[in-house]
Amino acid sequence: METASVVIKERERSVHKNGMGQASAIECDTSSVSGVVSQRACVYCGARVVLNPVTDAAHIVHGPIGCAAYTWDIRGSLSSKEELYRNSFSTDLREEDIVFGGEMKLAAAIDGIVEKHSPKAVFVYSTCVVGVIGDDVEAVCRMAEKKHDIPVLPVNSPGFSGNKKDGYKAACNTMLRLMGETAAPAKAGGGDRPRLNFLGDFNLAAEAWIIKGYLEELGIQVVTCITGDATVQGLRDATRADLNIVQCAGSMTYLAKRMEERYGIPYTGVRFLGLSDTIASLEKIVGLLGDAGMEERLERLVARHKGPVEEALGEYRPRLEGKRAALYVGGGFKATSLIAQFGELGIETVLVGTQTGSREEYEHFKTITGEGTVILDDTNPSELEHFIRETGAEILVGGVKERPLAYKLGLAFVDHNHERKHPLAGFEGALNLAKEIDGTVNSPVWRHVKKEVAR
Amino acid sequence: MKERSSYADMQVNPCKMCMPMGASLAFLGIAGSMAIIHGSQGCSTYIRRHIAGHFNEPVDIASSSLTEEGTVYGGARNLKAGVLNLTQLYQPRVIGILTSCLAETIGDDVRRFAKEIRLEHPELVADLIPVPTPGYGGSQTEGYYAALRGIVAHYNPPEADSWKRSRNPRRVNLVASSATCADLRELKEILDSFGLEGVLLPDYSDALDAPFGEPYEKLNPYGTTVEEVQGMKVAAATVELGVLVEESLSPGMYLYEQHGVPLYRIPLPVGLECTDRLLEVLGDIAGMETPLKYKMQRGRLLDAMIDSHKHNGLGRAAVFGDMELAYGLTRLCAENGIKPLVAATGTANQQFSLYMGKLLEEEGLEGEVLQDTDFEVIRERILDRGVNVMVGNSDGKFIWEQDGIDLVRVGFPIHDHVGGQRQRIFGYAGAMELLDRIANTLLDQKHRHYRKTMLETYHAKEAVES
Repeated sequence: METASVVIKERERSVHKNGMGQASAIECDTSSVSGVVSQRACVYCGARVVLNPVTDAAHIVHGPIGCAAYTWDIRGSLSSKEELYRNSFSTDLREEDIVFGGEMKLAAAIDGIVEKHSPKAVFVYSTCVVGVIGDDVEAVCRMAEKKHDIPVLPVNSPGFSGNKKDGYKAACNTMLRLMGETAAPAKAGGGDRPRLNFLGDFNLAAEAWIIKGYLEELGIQVVTCITGDATVQGLRDATRADLNIVQCAGSMTYLAKRMEERYGIPYTGVRFLGLSDTIASLEKIVGLLGDAGMEERLERLVARHKGPVEEALGEYRPRLEGKRAALYVGGGFKATSLIAQFGELGIETVLVGTQTGSREEYEHFKTITGEGTVILDDTNPSELEHFIRETGAEILVGGVKERPLAYKLGLAFVDHNHERKHPLAGFEGALNLAKEIDGTVNSPVWRHVKKEVAR
Repeated sequence: MKERSSYADMQVNPCKMCMPMGASLAFLGIAGSMAIIHGSQGCSTYIRRHIAGHFNEPVDIASSSLTEEGTVYGGARNLKAGVLNLTQLYQPRVIGILTSCLAETIGDDVRRFAKEIRLEHPELVADLIPVPTPGYGGSQTEGYYAALRGIVAHYNPPEADSWKRSRNPRRVNLVASSATCADLRELKEILDSFGLEGVLLPDYSDALDAPFGEPYEKLNPYGTTVEEVQGMKVAAATVELGVLVEESLSPGMYLYEQHGVPLYRIPLPVGLECTDRLLEVLGDIAGMETPLKYKMQRGRLLDAMIDSHKHNGLGRAAVFGDMELAYGLTRLCAENGIKPLVAATGTANQQFSLYMGKLLEEEGLEGEVLQDTDFEVIRERILDRGVNVMVGNSDGKFIWEQDGIDLVRVGFPIHDHVGGQRQRIFGYAGAMELLDRIANTLLDQKHRHYRKTMLETYHAKEAVES
């Protein structure tokens, strides 16, 4: 493949063009290349985004102030009750702590938080320096646990100890410790409805609640969502379920596998983004858990939503048909669903990339995109700019860091980031996405912008 | 809720950021420069996200992407490869090499690494400016000044007899701090009006508020040029905006000590009196009176102060954010009868308490001054003191949301509104715009509830009595 000069040598194998004769698989799940301005954050970030939505826990960032400052209440994850998780607690390590160690400070911080906020559990995130100065976070947590009689658990997430994906795993390991080695004893009552956990939805803009609503209508009890609107008790109850459904595969497949080993809960992948994926996922769940009654309820639910959403989407289609889109998102599942949704709206995906996608996901992209679609793992602004220009993309889907680049290049922008404030999941979400794309790509400002560019 | 009196052991909802953040912002104001943060991948990404979210501009900052191996055996290889990679992609004229908590803790010496890169790669044309900025060593404010001082020192190395050199009587160095892009433009206009040849350091006014329509260049072509920085040593004077940061971090102090450039350290030109001070100093240097334009603007500001003084008199304010800006904003509040009941910064700095204490004493006000504090404590004090308006960055939105106290957004970061980079705070015109915003916020408070409050307070009572 001919590579542009913006692709430096070490990255050549992470840049593919679909169907252009590259035999090898895309290189992914590696450390970021130094100096190229990766869009990824660190291990701590991965742990923080996955675990932070647990609402009634205190989340303490053990480290210097920056790590806590930049992650204070940044996710749009909603809670139905406790708001404690929205605080950013930091041990604010300083020069003298780096020299003498931060264990005392951490112990005092845990004491202070427990006394003042009565959390149901405390999670202690290790940052880079903690991984180096040798604080025994484990021991501090054990002592605090005894003292306060609540779970106090370390999250092993020094920033340098891998990539963002290792942070997902660190968060999952902490949740596994909370869940325990064996399943919780069965509770009396609860009826005989099938029970499932919803893994990999973070309840951004109420998305988990929307899906929970569908499942309950079908007669399925959602034990806990991991981790959107999750509670400490909810995570413990999760050990007794009939099925785990996994949406964000990148962060949660590991947890699902361990839960299957430990508690014998089978798991299956789902995607509630877009009309067809939402229906297919519901059908899959009913197929695994359901009976004739549930099938009937599913038919009714689909019948109620599908027609109106299809009709509404049909009105957007002529306004969007033929546009070209570039996607750069965190994980592979989201990209997969978006490519399908764009296809339904007549939008062609000409570039797709993720921060932490897996080899299987990248191989799958090749089967669902057209020839010449650029596929990128852990890309950077130089490559994004180059390939956006080369492919003539008119819409970019991404997060805060990508937005200004889109606007500078005169592209419409769709925010598929964890700060979004409107749901993009389920039937409602499918419509919201179309609305959002239409609102940006057909805004009158581009008329003026085009004139400016033509001048 | 128990009140937290000691902040020795933790911070809850930080009112500060880290050193590499401030240093990154400083380098964004140097033309043709790129910064690389020597540390794990997260530092640069978080900082980019924070800056990009405020300015709505692409912000590229590289990382040496330190991994386990680099952490154990030293990160020289990562950093060197990073410098070469970013050179291939961006071809910068200046590369700022900043450190992170991690790099400093493992003992990596970026000054030595920079020398080694030079020797190993003579083909590298960029100037390498290493600036140690351990995240735990201070806040964004110290990082900002450390980077500026590093840049100035790099291009103006000590020389023998430098005190005796001849100076350019029209050249003035102006060191800015906590400035929006509009503030930087205001400062340049002021310098022009005095007929001075100003070197504004740093100048990200175009880089971080770039007009649409120019071809996008990922390497920032705008800002203070290397040649301008090199010329700082022959200036007639340095005017440094900011009085609280310690002298060892002051670029103006460096130029004074090494090159004998006279130094004026004055507060940020926020509000009437602090703007007066800036214009006086520039007038002295230029040997001229304040231009008519600013006399007119001053008069207009006074007029605006009169117009809104009765509304402002109802203001019970909390001011927070960058310490230099918080000091300026508190003065603006005080000179308009808006009571600064809480004045806070997350930066640990005793000077802040001293200056603030003096200001409040002079004005006969009883405000609470908090340094090295966090938003949990700020919130407690705000609720205690019955604050009705917050003046500070958008990290106050947590209190705005939870306690319903209005927030006039000023400073950095402003993530939940657009246009933070375009707000003007500096100068008479900036003061007027800000004062109007505060006064209108207070007016809205009154009007929104006026009829309902009156009805419930007086009418209902009468009905019960009769």
